[in-house]
Amino acid sequence: MIKVENLKKSFGRLEVLTGIDLEIQKGESVVVIGQSGCGKSVLLKHIIALLRPDEGSVVVDGQNVFELKHVDLMDFRKRVGVLFQFGALFDSMTVAENIGFCLKESLHMKPQQVKQIAEEKLALVGMKDVGHKMPSEISGGMKKRVALARAIATEPDIILYDEPTTGLDPISADMINELIVDVNKKLGVTSIAVTHDMASAYKIADRIIMLYEGKIVWDGTPDQIRQTDNAIVKQFITGSSTGPITVH
Amino acid sequence: MDEHSPVFDLRPTTLISGLGRLSLMLGRTLLAFRYFFSSLHLVVNQMYHIGVKSIWLIMITSVFTGGVSAWQAAYQFKNYVPIRYLGGAVGKAVLIELAPVLTALVIAGRVGAGIAAEIGSMKVTEQIDAMESMSVDPIRYLVMPRFAAGIIMLPIITALADFIAIFGALLVAVSLIGVETETFMNGFKQLFTLSDFFSGLIKATAFGAIISMMGCYHGFFTSGGAQGVGASTTRAVVSSAVMVLIADYIMATLLFRI
Repeated sequence: MIKVENLKKSFGRLEVLTGIDLEIQKGESVVVIGQSGCGKSVLLKHIIALLRPDEGSVVVDGQNVFELKHVDLMDFRKRVGVLFQFGALFDSMTVAENIGFCLKESLHMKPQQVKQIAEEKLALVGMKDVGHKMPSEISGGMKKRVALARAIATEPDIILYDEPTTGLDPISADMINELIVDVNKKLGVTSIAVTHDMASAYKIADRIIMLYEGKIVWDGTPDQIRQTDNAIVKQFITGSSTGPITVH
Repeated sequence: MDEHSPVFDLRPTTLISGLGRLSLMLGRTLLAFRYFFSSLHLVVNQMYHIGVKSIWLIMITSVFTGGVSAWQAAYQFKNYVPIRYLGGAVGKAVLIELAPVLTALVIAGRVGAGIAAEIGSMKVTEQIDAMESMSVDPIRYLVMPRFAAGIIMLPIITALADFIAIFGALLVAVSLIGVETETFMNGFKQLFTLSDFFSGLIKATAFGAIISMMGCYHGFFTSGGAQGVGASTTRAVVSSAVMVLIADYIMATLLFRI
């Protein structure tokens, strides 16, 4: 279980998270929605302790990730796969080397084993025969699929998806959504995805959370959010420029 | 100027926090040397990028450095100092000052900028976050190999620069100034000491540490996309050059007692 308690984070004078409380059950697929810059990715980075909060805690299976010793934090991170917003593929490595990076450098697997897993995961995301290519030689949608293959290479317990469909055409985006649903089901993982793509949210979420002005303003199922009267949520999910949310 | 430019922002608070971050990174890098042998492939790769790929550039700059120092020494000797001392004076200047400092400044431009741009673009495209999320310490994987390669390769290419610069000086002395090869070499041998040569290499080792650390530091604290990468690159080169010259003065006073 992941428990976020009173999480607060500011960058200089800008308050991004002003007190987030959230519980995510094992095996649950949670989608965090909200405007660009509302702190969705910041929340995600706190869960894996890539950022340190000003206040509050993130407790995963009884352990506060911010209090873990360096070695324990490294062990914890081995249990988590992350798909970054723009893939964050290492541009000096081939696609296969990207997928095998954690297996080789962190889990110290043998080269043959690394190669085999990389091939398996590439096949799983429908990307056979591109292992030898450099990230600069593949399209945006393919990069996301490779990044997904890299995120699941270690067969993690938790997967974090940061804007998995941003910048993709609707067909590629749907393909990524299908893959995420498939991966979550096959691996039985706990997943947290942040997005402002509602089609993606409806497809992959068991539960949707909305962030607004650094706080959670909505927590419910996809069916509940479709029928909500909450003016902030309604404006966001319908994509209206008029309403309580103002764009600065 | 953004908050990650303490080298240029001389307000006490930013200067102190910048020095703190730099010291912390240096400390973590030195600790990461316990993985030196397990990361040898990364160190060798960086030695190739920092050292081997710089050889042609260093050869060109050194041959002209030697040539101009011979010409200017001969100009200053005119009517005051016998020309037989030309080899000795040029040799000493090259070994203790010109080769280490000019090599370091050229490497700061080529390698320091490259390191800052590479790590900076990895930072802004979240590749460093991705590395950390995969339990791989970026200090161990990115910084330590570059730092180690810097301190190994700078003395080696400085020794090469010594040789090429003296050859350039000899070429100019013989072909344009009209000094006999034997006269030049005798003058060189007369004033040559091994300690001068090694003092130059000690300086080069320190310059290698400065250049690689400045490149890594500014790359690591890059923010703001392509513009941020450009700014970090500039900062890495300028701060390396300034620190090389300051370190040169400090080491000169320590190594060469008057």
